[in-house]
Amino acid sequence: MTAFLRSLGPEQQVSLLFVLLFGLLLLATGVGVLLSLRERQSTDEPVSGRVQRLQDYQALLRNSWAMALVFWIGWALGEHVAIVLFGLISFFVLREFISLSPTRRGDHRSLVLAFFIVLPLQYALVWTERFNLFTVFIPVYVFLAVPVVSALGNDPQRFLERNAKLQWGIMVCVYGMSHVPALMLLNFPSFVGKNAFVVFFLVLVVQTCMLVQHIAARGLQCPVAPAISASFHWRSWAWGLLAGGLLGALLSGITPFKPLPAMGMALVACAAGSLGHLVMKAIKRDRGVTNWGADGRSVTGASGLLDRVDALCFAAPVFFHSVRWTFNL
Amino acid sequence: MNLRARAMSLFLLGFVRLLTGAQARWHGCPPKAEQRIYFANHQSHADLVLIWAALPQELRSITRPIAARDYWTASSFKRWITSEVFNAVYVDRERRGDEDPLQPLINALESGDSLILFPEGTRGHEEDPQAFKSGLYNLAKRFPDVVLVPAWIHNVQRVMPKGEVVPVPVLCSVTFGEPLALGAEEPRTAFLTRAREAVMALRNV
Repeated sequence: MTAFLRSLGPEQQVSLLFVLLFGLLLLATGVGVLLSLRERQSTDEPVSGRVQRLQDYQALLRNSWAMALVFWIGWALGEHVAIVLFGLISFFVLREFISLSPTRRGDHRSLVLAFFIVLPLQYALVWTERFNLFTVFIPVYVFLAVPVVSALGNDPQRFLERNAKLQWGIMVCVYGMSHVPALMLLNFPSFVGKNAFVVFFLVLVVQTCMLVQHIAARGLQCPVAPAISASFHWRSWAWGLLAGGLLGALLSGITPFKPLPAMGMALVACAAGSLGHLVMKAIKRDRGVTNWGADGRSVTGASGLLDRVDALCFAAPVFFHSVRWTFNL
Repeated sequence: MNLRARAMSLFLLGFVRLLTGAQARWHGCPPKAEQRIYFANHQSHADLVLIWAALPQELRSITRPIAARDYWTASSFKRWITSEVFNAVYVDRERRGDEDPLQPLINALESGDSLILFPEGTRGHEEDPQAFKSGLYNLAKRFPDVVLVPAWIHNVQRVMPKGEVVPVPVLCSVTFGEPLALGAEEPRTAFLTRAREAVMALRNV
């Protein structure tokens, strides 16, 4: 099996990955269609709970299809298209964040700056591979530029609070997210053309950690911070990290890392991602919503894009930096 | 609708959805092709575009917004976009002679169209909408079969505050509430207050 995989070129290896991914999705969709057929036959019994579950399942499936398609398009059309796609995700996620952070009229120009200047510039820096400027552009320059524009708006009321919110939004949604496509442009020696695997590795490891953490938290009592998250326990967190780390070691074959460093990198990414998710939960509780997205939709249980990618937004910069630093790239 | 107007309408729809999501939330009634008057709070010029974009395609074609004649016919572009793309009904803000300012609306309702109405008359700057003008009452009295649907447009003043030219992306939604009916002997002020409260009640659902 491994011999066969090694005999394939990098292009073929990535293609195989997508064939597997789409195969799994096709299978899951088929199961969904069969389930929905069975639903129609038994109309007389009370099925509202099952219908709800089926709808949730189908929504999750649609989401996974969309995500897989985004990744596939990004890979098939080249790194630069992937950068644009991640830029769009940043835009939508920042839109959700800003919608739920009350701003005042004086913030309008800073918002224009954030959406139409900072966001495109940050992704342009990724595009042109200026990694030195890319890592400091937002924390150093935008950190000053945003409050300056806000101050010129001539509105002192809750000034620090409003600016902090905007800065936070930019850090998480633009700075964090932009590190995902940046991974594709790192020059690993003897790993040319396969950087898509590094992105795949990061996403898979972090999502697995989140999933295992979620499952392991079932039945556990006394969460660490009940006012913020009813499902965060140190024990389930450790299980999540363990799962992420082990998966990282197993997947080392598709990355430029050896098994042990791969596990280390996976652990770093999982720790950052899961703790970042907790922090985002705290912000949501502060705003009094259960999830991001168009407010009010939270009532129906549908959630926003930011809920799905927040762990990635925190994991990506830490992962990016530790990889660059460890391997002197 | 000619080709240019159709292209413009598609572009506007995409643009509005990209910036605001333009989400419709049907809370008290389903989207249905019956003759209706939608009445909503008014805080920004974008209100009209937002409520137009939030309606489903089938309803959009039979629902006509109302535009102030002096503002929206000032340039040929404004006139083109309101008449060709939005299929708006023009009204005069000031009474001219003894013609009823509601006459264009009455004509539109008589021909079977639905309307989008902002009963405050002008854009407000406060959190709460201003007192409603009596046009809504007069139309409700004259057309008892037309369904009156209150709507709350959420967040749109953050997209483009007065005096700014660049819109900012913020998620907006339009909440449509339970239809209102004019009581048989209901006085004008009572009905208008009730209508305003019905709109404001949708803020928190």
